[in-house]
Amino acid sequence: MNQLETISADNVIVVRDLTKKFGNFTAVDHISFEVGKGEIFGFLGANGAGKTTAMRMLCGLSKQTSGQAWVAGFDIAKEAESIKKCIGYMSQKFALYEDLEVWENIRLYAGIYGVPDKEIAPKTDELLHRLGFEKERNALVKSLPLGWKQKLAFSVAIFHQPKIVFLDEPTGGVDPSTRRQFWELIYQAADQGITVFVTTHYMDEAEYCNRVTIMVDGRIDALDTPKNLKENFDAKNMDEVFHHLARNAKRND
Amino acid sequence: MSTVTASHIRKKYPRAQALDDVSLDVQEGDIFGLIGPDGAGKTTLFRILTTLILPDEGSATVNGLDVVKDYMKIRAQVGYMPGRFSLYQDLTVEENLNFFASVFNTTVEENYELVRDIYQQIEPFKTRRAGALSGGMKQKLALCCALIHKPTVLFLDEPTTGVDPVSRKEFWSMLKRLKKQGISILVSTPYMDEASLCDRIALIQDGKFLKTDTPKNIVKDFGSELWSVKSDNMSKLLKDLRANKDVETCFAFGDAHHVTHKHEFLKEEELTAYLKQMQHTHIQISQIQANVEDCFMRLSGKYIL
Repeated sequence: MNQLETISADNVIVVRDLTKKFGNFTAVDHISFEVGKGEIFGFLGANGAGKTTAMRMLCGLSKQTSGQAWVAGFDIAKEAESIKKCIGYMSQKFALYEDLEVWENIRLYAGIYGVPDKEIAPKTDELLHRLGFEKERNALVKSLPLGWKQKLAFSVAIFHQPKIVFLDEPTGGVDPSTRRQFWELIYQAADQGITVFVTTHYMDEAEYCNRVTIMVDGRIDALDTPKNLKENFDAKNMDEVFHHLARNAKRND
Repeated sequence: MSTVTASHIRKKYPRAQALDDVSLDVQEGDIFGLIGPDGAGKTTLFRILTTLILPDEGSATVNGLDVVKDYMKIRAQVGYMPGRFSLYQDLTVEENLNFFASVFNTTVEENYELVRDIYQQIEPFKTRRAGALSGGMKQKLALCCALIHKPTVLFLDEPTTGVDPVSRKEFWSMLKRLKKQGISILVSTPYMDEASLCDRIALIQDGKFLKTDTPKNIVKDFGSELWSVKSDNMSKLLKDLRANKDVETCFAFGDAHHVTHKHEFLKEEELTAYLKQMQHTHIQISQIQANVEDCFMRLSGKYIL
């Protein structure tokens, strides 16, 4: 497949036989898939199945051993720097600087992602208003409840209007109400055309994705809509689908 | 008999009231779950009960011993697995286990029976440094180290956070086996679906217990009729349900929305008619039993639109 074909399709991520080996260990084993513009793409798998390694390659942070992938039309092997400019990233563990104030975090990330100076101030006002955080503008991030931090972290990750946002377990440990509000933010982002690539251990959240992949031992063992996966595996819910696939895993984790 | 009791515990940190008048009672051989999000106060309560910090007010006992006066005795009788991995990363699997046994004046051989099932799963890697283990193996090693002095009470602070659903299930079956040996277990988790695996649970938020009971009684006391509603367009369905004046709350729960309504006389047929009028297809409405997550949201006062 050449680059022209990948761009002509409306796919913002195209992955072909992507493989990553660490010594004798094949962390990611010939995975292939495409993700469309504005799609919410769930990336599931057991611990150690290779999700983080795959995600790091797609973000341009790690070089593949073989295979190819294009993110936002850029080749991950040759154009990693271009990729970093048009993606956003948020993880559960680290997302914001705790010792900076809310507005300082926004300012910092906006600057890193190259948002023009004159746009930053009005966009910051607009964001704080939309989140209802106006009063917290000058609050240190560490003083915010976890749920607020996660909402702010997500908003900061898409502040520069990336084509794709990668979310690594964004809702871990968050209370049930905030978890649902967080997914409403994800829907809004997808409605604006931002592609959402998300990992989660909450199987109810897998139901909210347009399509879901399940990685087992470095391979993609299933890729479909939640509805089709449930039908194909004759399962009541995604939790059953996940157990059905992941219990075949050979890797000892 | 109670193995762990806490009575009107309060603990304040400079920035927050971590625990605000919390009481609990864990019966011998029970699995007691503390269910709540990060920052609710679970870890603070664990630290008080394991004698690592002092409460500002209130009292607590473990095996009938006072957590303030008899802290040395308590430490010999309890096993504690903190939320953050806290074994020695530079020691091997085997060395960690031996170390923890010797700290408690015992040997691995003496109590091997208790950890055998779990230890056998990591034994092939016994010469590997703990820091180089995968998440699931670290968790098993930490559990072995917490058990090696044969405690009568086990404190597990979020042992399954960040762990995939299959490994979580395995971990819970290990806990069931420990329970059969008569060990009382106090375990915290942010995963509401794990609540049903406990004998009794406390729902905790912002330093307060919202409710303490068996999982069965908690869901039985939901206090309102609950419907599961589906259609072909779930995103529009959420908005349309919330726009209906008779709908009290509506939240996404996986492949269905959970709905409570304001007037007990709202009939399923009426809601179906409304949704048809809003152009929904394949409408499915059924009355369901609330789960612990429904109850948590309702009790936390955040079960609002």
